Amino acid sequence: MDDLTGRVALVTGAAQGIGHAVATALADAGAAVTATDVRDQSDLGDHIRTRSHDVTDAAQWTAVVDEIEAEHGRLDILVNNAGVSGYDHLHELSLKEWHRIVGVNQTGVLLGMRQALRLMRPQRSGAIVNIASICGAASVAGVAAYHASKHAVLTMTKNAAVSYAREGIRANAVLPGWIRTPLTVGQTDELNAAFLDATPMGTGGEPTDIADAVCFLVSDRARFVTGVDLPVDGGYLAR
Amino acid sequence: MDRLTGKVAVVTGGAMGIGRATADLFAEQGATVVVADLVEPDPAPPGTAHARLDVTDEDAWDRLIDEVLADHGRLDILVNNAGVIDYAGIAEVTAEDWERVLGVDQTGVFLGMRAALRPMLAQRSGSIINLSSAWGVVGSEGVAAYQAAKGAVRGLTRNAAVSYARSGVRVNTVIPGWVSTPLTDRQPAEKNAEVVALTPLGYGAQPRDIAWGCVYLAADESRYVTGSELVIDGGLLAR
Repeated sequence: MDDLTGRVALVTGAAQGIGHAVATALADAGAAVTATDVRDQSDLGDHIRTRSHDVTDAAQWTAVVDEIEAEHGRLDILVNNAGVSGYDHLHELSLKEWHRIVGVNQTGVLLGMRQALRLMRPQRSGAIVNIASICGAASVAGVAAYHASKHAVLTMTKNAAVSYAREGIRANAVLPGWIRTPLTVGQTDELNAAFLDATPMGTGGEPTDIADAVCFLVSDRARFVTGVDLPVDGGYLAR
Repeated sequence: MDRLTGKVAVVTGGAMGIGRATADLFAEQGATVVVADLVEPDPAPPGTAHARLDVTDEDAWDRLIDEVLADHGRLDILVNNAGVIDYAGIAEVTAEDWERVLGVDQTGVFLGMRAALRPMLAQRSGSIINLSSAWGVVGSEGVAAYQAAKGAVRGLTRNAAVSYARSGVRVNTVIPGWVSTPLTDRQPAEKNAEVVALTPLGYGAQPRDIAWGCVYLAADESRYVTGSELVIDGGLLAR
């Protein structure tokens, strides 16, 4: 296991699924973790600081990072995981729904990186991991806004990687395939079966599979890794 | 000379630069072209009509498409070319500039596709061409909002390609590298020289180089091409 003792981490969308697993794994590795979500996070361990947080709200981002700065004086790890999906096809997608999804998945990531950079640049170190999706690289029918926003996350990650590499800050993206989470379990059996059929391994992943990848990317073992898209997808994108 | 004969095309941002060259070339190739832009092309390309359009305005899109249908009875080609840029990095970009760039470069493409799909799905044919950028693929310093939006365009294109392939509508992305346009003319000479120096061919493109790619994707000779990314960059991304 990676030793993240002494590292200060912030994970968004941590109430369940991938974010929950990431926050837990970082804390287990010794990091001081602040976990945020708009939903209830009471089942996260006591050793994780939880906070209510809407990632589309710039003022709330400032408050969250101010709080971390006051308590720890630094921020080493940011995991932008909060995300929403929407299944509308492009021709029937409302502008309102478009803005809702782009707001969380894309603008939320910008706001998070911008605030994290506020602490990471002066300290000249930091690791950012943005959770994208196989939909950031491949395509399925429907989910139009989700697609657009996840592609944007990949280019924003590369932009951050190139822009801040010389300041000691790394930025990478993880592209989960089909992962067993409340979000995917809530999808139609048909959609889930289609994803699993298209996954060479034939099975879905667990949230811990993504957490393991995140732990590697934020650890010093990945010190030379930046601007990367890391699929954790059972081979989905390799088809 | 007649590769687009009988086709009706809308080109956004058609008053200058890549859009203007595309409108010119489409008209030369026999298409009926509507140049949609905030400003009028001066001089007007021969054989084209002008329609005032703010691509961020969803009602204006509906009106434009209604007008095209009233005048020509169909819509065969949409080129989503209108774009703006901002040079700030993630740490500095203001919410206002972020929204402005996403509004034109990303939401504008979504709204254009949605509006064009109305006649295209009904007539069960059509070709949509979205302009991304080499900065929608690889990371650069600064230009955070532009990178996010151009990445999103690639995702949205592939999403639409997969979603509407069986409805006879093709959707592709064109990825220009450095092109000599009013947009790049306004950039600092050193910045332009830097990108051109990185270009294996050693010189920048003219707008017509990109327009020829659009002709190919608009014409029937590309009938089996959808969800594709046509890179016209002098080798920039191949490095």
